Amino acid sequence: MIHELELDDTDRQLVNLIQLDFPLDLHPFQTLGDQIGTSEQEVIDHLRRLTDIGVIRRIGPILNTKGLGGVSTLVAMQVPEDAIDRVASWINGFDEVSHNYLRPGAYNIWFTVSASSKERLHEMVGEIEALGYPFLELPVTRLFKIGVKFEV
Amino acid sequence: MDDLDLKLIKLTQDGVDLVPDPFKEIALELAIPETEVIDRIEALVERGAIRRFGASIGHRVLGIVANAMCVWNVPDDRVEEVGAVMAGFGEVSHCYERVRCPEWDYNLYAMIHARTREECERTAHDISRATGISEYMILFSEREFKKTGVRI
Repeated sequence: MIHELELDDTDRQLVNLIQLDFPLDLHPFQTLGDQIGTSEQEVIDHLRRLTDIGVIRRIGPILNTKGLGGVSTLVAMQVPEDAIDRVASWINGFDEVSHNYLRPGAYNIWFTVSASSKERLHEMVGEIEALGYPFLELPVTRLFKIGVKFEV
Repeated sequence: MDDLDLKLIKLTQDGVDLVPDPFKEIALELAIPETEVIDRIEALVERGAIRRFGASIGHRVLGIVANAMCVWNVPDDRVEEVGAVMAGFGEVSHCYERVRCPEWDYNLYAMIHARTREECERTAHDISRATGISEYMILFSEREFKKTGVRI
């Protein structure tokens, strides 16, 4: 899915700037324009295009499950080849699942869960268990790094 | 965090509108002044419920198509030191310690993003040399079933 991307200087400046320092004020795009020396409309036009082509997924809050009082975990599951599609879409059906990938090895489906409470997580794990496939539950015990910025 | 904060997160988590006054609609919806919307977002960032308020980037579109979850078996008494070294690599976006399981000896996880699988492998090799940890596996993502980020 590599597109021929033509990012100009304004695109790059904006993308590098608004990952960490999106201005929280009444007219953020005006502020950004002032910062990089262009107009509010120009900023909005660039951001709309960057969103259309998928360089920007969204501008909003990146949530911290723990900070919201919730709990998260990583689950690795052993699913037979012919059941992968069905099980993956069943997993995706949970709003609490934020990432879900196919990876090589006996444990082939890997997904992260962010639940609103321990009870809710427990309930989900119960439903996952009921599927009958072997799985591992791998909660974080120590955090060393969490991606914050991607330089373009 | 009160009900308004929850509503505010729900209204912004899919991204704010790219218009000159993106917080205006939200303020109207919540029946509070625009400035309070901004104050509340800042307070949520301060309290750690929101990690950051800004743009999420679509790595794939930018050609960063190789996504490796690298799992390491690190002696418990070296986790603190080794985790810090891994986190220092620019190619590592996330680094966590997770619980071990009887069927799964690995306890340190590093997410590596790059343009090619070879680059990911090279980074993992460099990490191994820098830390002296030789028991590791690189699990590339073969399919992405879901990637929404944490939502409430």
